[in-house]
Amino acid sequence: MTSATLTPGAALGGQRSDEVRYYEDVIRLFTIAAVFWGVVGFAAGVFIALQLAFPALNLGLEWTSFGRLRPVHTSAVIFAFGGNVLFATSLYSVQRTCRQFLFGGEGLAKFVFWNYQIFIVLAALSYALGYTQGKEYAEPEWILDLYLTVIWVTYAIIFIGTVMTRRESHIYVANWFFLAFILTVAILHLGNNVNVPVSLFGMKSYTVVSGVQSAMVQWWYGHNAVGFFLTAGFLGIMYYFVPKRAERPVYSYRLSIVHFWTLIFLYIWAGPHHLHYTALPDWAQTLGMTFSIMLWMPSWGGMINGIMTLSGAWDKLRTDPVLRFLVTSVAFYGMSTFEGPLMSVKPVNALSHYTDWTVGHVHSGALGWVAFISFGAIYFLVPVLWKRQQLYSLRLVSYHFWTATIGIVLYITAMWVSGIMQGLMWRAYDNLGFLQYSFVETVAAMHPFYVIRAMGGVLFLTGALIMVYNLWRTAKGDIRIEKPYVTAPHKAAVGAA
Amino acid sequence: MAEEKKGLSHDTIERNTLLLIVLVLITVSIGGLVQIVPLFTIESTIEKVEGVRPYSPLELAGQDIYFREGCYNCHSQMIRPFRDEVERYGHYSLAAESMYDHPFQWGSKRTGPDLARVGGKYSNDWQVAHLVNPRAVVPESIMPGYSWMKDRPLKYADIADRMKTLRIVGVPYTDEQIASAKADLEAQKAPDGDTSALLKRYPKAVVANFTGNKAVTEMDALVAYLQVLGTMVDFTKYQSPKQLLQ
Repeated sequence: MTSATLTPGAALGGQRSDEVRYYEDVIRLFTIAAVFWGVVGFAAGVFIALQLAFPALNLGLEWTSFGRLRPVHTSAVIFAFGGNVLFATSLYSVQRTCRQFLFGGEGLAKFVFWNYQIFIVLAALSYALGYTQGKEYAEPEWILDLYLTVIWVTYAIIFIGTVMTRRESHIYVANWFFLAFILTVAILHLGNNVNVPVSLFGMKSYTVVSGVQSAMVQWWYGHNAVGFFLTAGFLGIMYYFVPKRAERPVYSYRLSIVHFWTLIFLYIWAGPHHLHYTALPDWAQTLGMTFSIMLWMPSWGGMINGIMTLSGAWDKLRTDPVLRFLVTSVAFYGMSTFEGPLMSVKPVNALSHYTDWTVGHVHSGALGWVAFISFGAIYFLVPVLWKRQQLYSLRLVSYHFWTATIGIVLYITAMWVSGIMQGLMWRAYDNLGFLQYSFVETVAAMHPFYVIRAMGGVLFLTGALIMVYNLWRTAKGDIRIEKPYVTAPHKAAVGAA
Repeated sequence: MAEEKKGLSHDTIERNTLLLIVLVLITVSIGGLVQIVPLFTIESTIEKVEGVRPYSPLELAGQDIYFREGCYNCHSQMIRPFRDEVERYGHYSLAAESMYDHPFQWGSKRTGPDLARVGGKYSNDWQVAHLVNPRAVVPESIMPGYSWMKDRPLKYADIADRMKTLRIVGVPYTDEQIASAKADLEAQKAPDGDTSALLKRYPKAVVANFTGNKAVTEMDALVAYLQVLGTMVDFTKYQSPKQLLQ
C-alpha cells in the first residue's frame, strides 16, 4: 500500500493534476440540489412534527394528512437530500482518487442528475396524491421503481466505469464504500419491489410476497437502506473528506480493511431486529439480534478510523468549524451505532419498539451523522466548485454548527423521554392488577415532548438556512469581514492580543 | 491479515475492480439469503389455523385505502406476546393472520393504538364518527380527520382486476369470487338485501350501511376493513385467554 492511495488527492500534488480536467458542472448541480432538498426535507419534518403536537395542522385535507406527508419527509431527507449529497460527493471524489474524469462524459452524469430530480418530484407528488406501495421507505409505486432502476444503473455505470478506467494503481478506500453502497442499494431496491401491477396503465400494484415474508423482505431492505445508503455511502464521504479537510492520512489502513468487510457482511443480517416478538420465527429474530450486536464492532472501527485521522491535527477543531462538523458527525455515528445494538437486544426492544425511542435513535443518526457529515462535505465543496478562495464566513458555519447541535440535543432527549415513558406507561399495572393507563392517556402524555421535538427541528432547519445564506454569498465570491479564527496556539494568541 | 497468510493479499483486491465487485456481492448476499429463503421453505413459519380467508371485495377496497392514507405510519397490526399487550389488544398476532396482506401492515410505530384486532371492538357508527373527526369522540386524539372520505364514492370498477392480480401473487380467490366481485362489494353495504351468498364466500364479513349514504363510499370500505381485522380466527377453539396469560 502506498501512501498515495491512502491520502486522497495526494496524487494531485505537483503537475499531475493538470493532466485531467475533472467534470465539475454536474457536481455543482448535485450540490445545489442537495442543499435545496435538505431545506425542503427538514421543513417537511418540522411540519409533520408540529402535526403530532397540534393535529389541527392536518388541515382536514386529504393531501396534507400526516399519513401522506410522512413519506414525503422521509423520502425528501433520505433520497433527495442524502441521495444528492452522495451523488455529488462520490462523483467528485471518484474523479480525484482515480485521476480520471467521469466515465460516459458529463452528459451521462447530467442524465442521472435531471432524471433523479424528476423522480424525486414525481415520488413526492404521488405520495401526496395517495399512490403508495404501503411500505416504509419504499413507497414509490412500480412505475417509479422502474424509473429509479434506470437512473441507478446509469449511476453505477458511471461510477464503476470511472474506477475501472482509473489512472491510479489502487482503488482508494472511499471508493470501496461507495461501490458497496451502489451495488447493495441496487440489490435491495430490486429485491424489495417485486410487484405485480393491477393494470399497465395504472399506478396500483401488489407485492408478490405477503405477511411474514413481506415483513422480512421489507426490513432486510429497510435496515440496509440505513446500512448501505445512510452508512456505507456516507462512510465513503468520511474516508475522502475527513482526511482531506484535516490534511492527515487515514488513521489505519488495516482497520479500514477489517471494518469494511465486516460492516458490509454483518449489516445485511440485522434486519429482523425490527421484528422482535412479532410473528416472524424466533430463529430469524435471534439471528437479527446476534448480528446487530456484532455490528457494534465494525461500526466503531469506522468511527475510530475517522476520528483518529485527526491525530496530530486536533487543534484544527478549534479553528475550523467545517472540520468540527465532520468530526462531530463521526462522534454521532459512534453514539447511534452503540444505541442501535442496545435497542436490538430483545428485552430492551420489548420496551423501545413501537415508541418514539426508535424515532429519536433514527434522528441521532440522521441529523447527527448523515446531515452533519453532509454539511461538512458541502462546506468543503462549495468554495472548490465555485473557484472561491474560502467560504463567505467561517463564523456563520460555527453558528450553524451550534444551532443544529442544540436542535439535535433537544430532539433526541425529547424522544428518549417520551419513548421510554410511553413504553413504561403501556406496561404499567395498578395495585388491583389492571392496566394503569388507557392508550390515549399515553398519547396525551407525549404532547410536551412533541412540542420540544418540533422546537429542536426548527433549530436544525434554522441552521440549514444559515448555511444556505453562507453558501449563496460564497458562490457570489463575497467574503464576510469578521474576526478570523486564530490558527496559532491559543496562549500565544492571547499574548499577542 | 489472515488473507495475507493464505497468499491472497488485500492489495490484489484493491487493484482489481471486478474482483472487488464480485467479493462485495458475495459478502452482502449471504445474510439475506440465509434469513429470507427459509421463510418460504420451512412449513411451520405460518401456523395452520382455521378461519383466515381472503378479504371480501369491500374489505379489500378498504385495505387499499388503508395503504393509500399511510395508516401504517402510526398504527401497528402486530400484537406481541406480552401480558399488557394481550390484555389491551387481544390474543397475540399469528403469522397466518396477515398471510393475505400484500404487503404486510405490521407497522413499526404506535403513535396510535394497535389495530390487529380492532374489528368488532367499536360500533360501525363509532368508527365513522371517529374517522370523520377523531377528537369528537376521543378528545386527546392526535389523529388526522378524514371527513372528506365519508361522502366520496368508492371507485371499484377494477375490483375484479385487483382480485385477479392478488390471485397471481398467491391469494386463493376462486373464479366464483372474482366473477361476483362487484355484486359482493355492493351486497356488503346493503343489509336489507340477500347477503347469504356473500357470507358464504366471506364468512364473518360485517354487512352494514356504514355511512348511511346510498352510494358505496370510501368510508364504507375502510370501516368494513377495520371491522374484520383480527376477527377471522376463533381463538376459543385453540386455548382460553386465561391459559395464554399464565
